[in-house]
This record gives sequence, C-alpha cells and structure tokens, in this order.
Amino acid sequence: MAGTGILIEIENNMVKEASLGVMTAAKGQEKYALVLGQEASSVKEKLGEYGAAHILHITAPGNLSANPDLQALAVADAVKEYQLDTLLGTASAMGKDMFARIAAILEEPLVSDCVAVNIKDRTVKKSHFSGKTFATLKINCSCLLCTLRPNSTEPEPSPTACDIIEFEARVADPGLIKIVETRKAGGARLDLTEAPIVITGGRAIKSAENYKMLEACAQKIGAAVGASRAAVDAGYAPHSMQVGQTGKTVSPKLYIACGVSGAVQHFAGMKTSKVIVAINEDKDAPIFSKCDYGIIGDIFKIIPALTEKL
Amino acid sequence: MKICVCVKPVPDTAVSIKLSGVAGFEDSEMKLVPNPYDEYGLEEAVSLVEKQGGEVVAVTVGKASAEATLRGVLAMGAARAILVKTDAQFLDSELTAKALKAVMEQDGLPDMIFTGKGSVDTESFQTQYRLAKSLGLPIVNEVSKLTLDNGKAVAERETGGGEKQVIEMGLPCVIGATKGLNEPRYPKFPDIMKAKKKEIRQMDLSIFGIDPSKGRVRVEKLEIVPERSGAKMLSGSVDEQVTELVRVLKEDEKVL
Ligand SMILES: Cc1cc2nc3c(=O)[nH]c(=O)nc-3n(C[C@H](O)[C@H](O)[C@H](O)COP(=O)(O)OP(=O)(O)OC[C@H]3O[C@@H](n4cnc5c(N)ncnc54)[C@H](O)[C@@H]3O)c2cc1C
Ligand SMILES: Nc1ncnc2c1ncn2[C@@H]1O[C@H](COP(=O)(O)O)[C@@H](O)[C@H]1O
Repeated sequence: MAGTGILIEIENNMVKEASLGVMTAAKGQEKYALVLGQEASSVKEKLGEYGAAHILHITAPGNLSANPDLQALAVADAVKEYQLDTLLGTASAMGKDMFARIAAILEEPLVSDCVAVNIKDRTVKKSHFSGKTFATLKINCSCLLCTLRPNSTEPEPSPTACDIIEFEARVADPGLIKIVETRKAGGARLDLTEAPIVITGGRAIKSAENYKMLEACAQKIGAAVGASRAAVDAGYAPHSMQVGQTGKTVSPKLYIACGVSGAVQHFAGMKTSKVIVAINEDKDAPIFSKCDYGIIGDIFKIIPALTEKL
Repeated sequence: MKICVCVKPVPDTAVSIKLSGVAGFEDSEMKLVPNPYDEYGLEEAVSLVEKQGGEVVAVTVGKASAEATLRGVLAMGAARAILVKTDAQFLDSELTAKALKAVMEQDGLPDMIFTGKGSVDTESFQTQYRLAKSLGLPIVNEVSKLTLDNGKAVAERETGGGEKQVIEMGLPCVIGATKGLNEPRYPKFPDIMKAKKKEIRQMDLSIFGIDPSKGRVRVEKLEIVPERSGAKMLSGSVDEQVTELVRVLKEDEKVL
C-alpha cells in the first residue's frame, strides 16, 4: 500500500489542531505530513507525536505563499513523485480552495468537507442538503482526495519515528492568479469553522457592543463567537461571523446559541455540532425542540452568570 | 461582454428531504430553486452588463423540470438560458464541469464566468475549479467583492478568522460568488412577463458524449440526519441553571 499524504496547516509555527485530527483520521496508514514552504523542523516533534512517518517539506523556486495556483501545483507534484494514493486535508477556507485546485490538476475526484473517511474502502461520509442528510460516497480513483470537517475526528497521539524529506517541486507555471494583499482581521481571532466551542449571538443581542459579553465568555473557554443572519443583517456583526446556510458551517464539540430562534437555515450551519445548548427567553422558541440542553431565560442575565462560573 | 452564469437548480433549503430507495430522494413534486450562491453570481453578471453592455447567458445542467427554475433566472435579468438535460439525480462534479465546458464552447466562450461558491444540495465546492482548469482560466472562489479594471479582475475573498485576501487575475476568469458580493434583485412583474418570451435552449447531456453512470463518485447511501429531540431543560434560579449547565458540560458531556 502506498502512502497517505496529509496537507498540514500551520499557524504561528504551530500545527493547527484540525490538522492533528486529520492525522488521527488516517490511522493505520503510512503517513506523509506535507508541509508547504514553512520551516519544517519546528513542527517535526508534534507531527511525529501524531503518527507522521515522514515530513515532506515542499519548496519551490518561486514564492509559494503569494500564489495558490503554485502551491497546488507543488503539492500535486509531490503526490505524483511519492505516489501517494490518498491525500487528506482540513475543510478550512484555505484547505477547500487548495484541494479543489489540486484535484483539478491531478484530474482526480475530490470530496470536500467529509465527516468520516474509510481510506481502504475508498468511501467517505459527508453532508448533503445543508446538513439534512448524510451521503456515503464511493470514490473510484487512483488518489483519494478529501478534506475533513474540523472537529470531526478528535486528535489522538500515536508517536512514530519521523524523518524530514526535502522536496523541491517542479513548478514552471507562473500561475494565473496572484494574491496582492492580505488583510488580517483585528486581533488574532479564532477561526469559527475550526473552533472547538462556538458561542453565537442572535438578533436578541441587540447591538454590536453587546457581543463583548459573548466574547468575555468565549475567551474563558477558548471559544469563537458567531452570529445569526438576523444579527448580521441588523449590522451587529460582520458577515464573516455568520453561521448558517449562507454563512459558515461549524461543527464544534459545543455550540451555545444565545437568543437565536433556531431557523432551518441557521441549523444548516451548526447541525453536526456534538452538543447544542440554547438560551432563549421564549419557552416556545423552535430551537428548544432541536437542542440538547435548554435554558429559558434572559441572555443578559444568563451569560454573565455563566462567564462567572467558567 | 458575454458572461456565462452557471446556475444549479436545487431543492429549497427550507424543504425537508424524503428518501427514495437507498441512495436517492423524492424529487418528482419538488420545486427547484436556483442555488442561492449562484444568485449572487447572476446579480453581479446582470449589473455588469447593465453598466458595460453585453449579454448574460445562464447555463444549467439538470432535469427537464429545471426549465421552471430557469424562467425565474431569466426574470432576474439573464438574456437567455441553456439547459443541458439529464435524468440523473446525481451527476458528479467532473462530469458536470465537462458538460458546462462543452456547452460554453458550443455557444461561444464568454469573457467571464460566474458560479456560486458551492451548491447547497451536494456541497461539492469544486465544479467551478474544474471548469476553470479545463478552460485554462484563472479562478477565485468565495468572492465577496469584485472590481474590473483594464482587462483585470480584482477579487476579495475571506479566508477564515475574518482575514481577507485581495487577488488579481486577467480576463476571462471564473468567479465563485458568495454573500456580500451584492443583494440579488427581486424580479418585478414586467420582468417576469418578459422572461416568458426569452429563449431557453435545451439539449441532451448525451450529445456531449457524457454518460452519468460513468461518474467516479457514486452515492452509495443517503440517510436522514436525525433531528435532536427531548432537550434537557435546566430549571431553577439563574445561578442554579448555570451551575447545572457547567456541571453537565464538564461531567456528562466532557466538552469543557
Ligand atoms: C435563503 C435564506 C438563507 C438564510 N441563511 C441564514 C444563515 O446563514 N444563518 C442564519 O442564522 N439565518 C439564515 N437565514 C435566516 C433565518 O431564516 C432566520 O431569519 C434567522 O436565523 C433568525 O435569526 P435569529 O434567530 O437571530 O433572530 P430571531 O428569529 O428574531 O430570533 C431571536 C430570538 O431571540 C429570543 N430573544 C429575544 N430577546 C432575548 C433575550 N434577552 N434573552 C434570550 N432570548 C431572547 C427570541 O425569543 C427569539 O427566539 C436565511 C434565510 C433564508 C431565506
Ligand atoms: N448542474 C449544474 N448546472 C449548472 N451549474 C452548476 C451545476 N453544478 C454546479 N454548478 C456550479 O458550480 C458551483 C459549485 O457547485 P458544487 O461544486 O456542486 O458545489 C455552483 O454554485 C454552480 O454555480
């Protein structure tokens, strides 16, 4: 059996938690951790701890970071060179974009945002119809490409002796697009789609200012803060915080909905969360019939009290 | 300027899905709507043509019943539509992209192509990339802002955690639209009347030599995700409620 590649995402010299989850999903395979551009030695220990037999450190003559086309070509070249029969990654904004480019180059099928993968059987499970159904897909391919939904596999260490392989990719193509600017959001905000806990404020939050109350709570438990569409449309939160059908899909261990009524379009973006808690002052709010734990009450009383207790 | 907009007819997200057999769903009576993200692409294309002149052509691969969906698309401002018909309920992204490419080549290649960032039924997130690659065009997906300037397109996309990238590319190009790009218009009565007379050219998928059963991705099983029910309601004073919540999250659920 050939090797399984895992495209690793690194932030501030640390392997992202979601990438460790993907390593765990590839249990039992000979794992190649693909590291693009960055310094590979700083992440060697972590990747070895989570079962990487090899780190494939991919570099290329040009500046890879400014060009998703070149990055995809470089990864595709590595897949061919090492005859990887599987390539897994994270269904983050970057991961989804990168894998779609790689799949088009390799002319292989791709399944984006899977919740489970069976490498041997070449089957994956993913959401269809905005979280209303799960589809099991059978893939007929030479290299199985798929991205996994963050938090779908809990990272579990399985230490392995790990070496670093240097690979200079042959990318002659200049690429068709170019990143000319990257604008960071204010502060180091946790990415909603990858956060282990999400606290969402709905229309009930009443102002942009009041999100501070949720942020204070979120900070204590390493959560990211989200918003419903009603809150975004009212101008209380930016669209990047919207959870739901027209916003982000999140699948955290814990989802706390504060003053959210529970519309289907909202559920489309958070339905696969492990535990859903709803806080709403209306005992008949639809969300109470679709959550795990409910508190009937005023968010402006409950949240500060909760923050205190955490 | 000729702009093609790829529109996928999908079940309305507010409608519940009923299964049919092991791998299919009941769709005979189902009303299909344009994939919501495709509407952002359509609106952008229509307003570009309103400003600069040209033609917007909607392109769809779908069942014959998609004709009704396309009338709505024409009411939103597309000049005409092309429907590539197939009876297949699921057509994988490779074959869909192949069909879209073939029909665009047949109709005359456009100066720009808009798609949605992804479809809300199969959530594949890739058809636009395959189409772009096969036509040798640049692609940027999840675009929430677009400006055209001197034969160049500058697109803004969000990459997570609120970070934004500004990406430059030449024309023609493929743009995957998302919310924020614009507010899709609501057709008025005269637009709906006018749409009735617009052309929807129809053809069979088979004329391009594409066989849906040859797809490399096959749906083996479709199952309904069970709705949660019987939520545990926490009672008592505010203090009692939050104390109990923290306890269950820590001890029973182990998520804190
Ligand atoms: C095509 C389409 C796409 C959509 N996409 C999305 C999407 O991506 N995401 C999304 O969220 N929605 C989406 N929607 C909108 C969705 O249908 C709902 O309108 C929206 O989710 C409602 O947001 P909300 O729950 O915050 O507001 P509301 O429905 O107004 O609910 C507010 C809730 O807060 C409660 N409340 C008020 N004050 C307090 C208080 N002090 N303490 C506690 N509770 C309080 C109320 O009882 C109420 O239940 C979409 C709709 C359509 C048609
Ligand atoms: N059958 C189809 N007909 C027309 N456009 C499609 C079709 N399938 C996908 N697309 C386009 O490709 C985008 C991405 O779709 P998907 O890869 O299915 O998530 C959609 O938003 C559409 O714009």
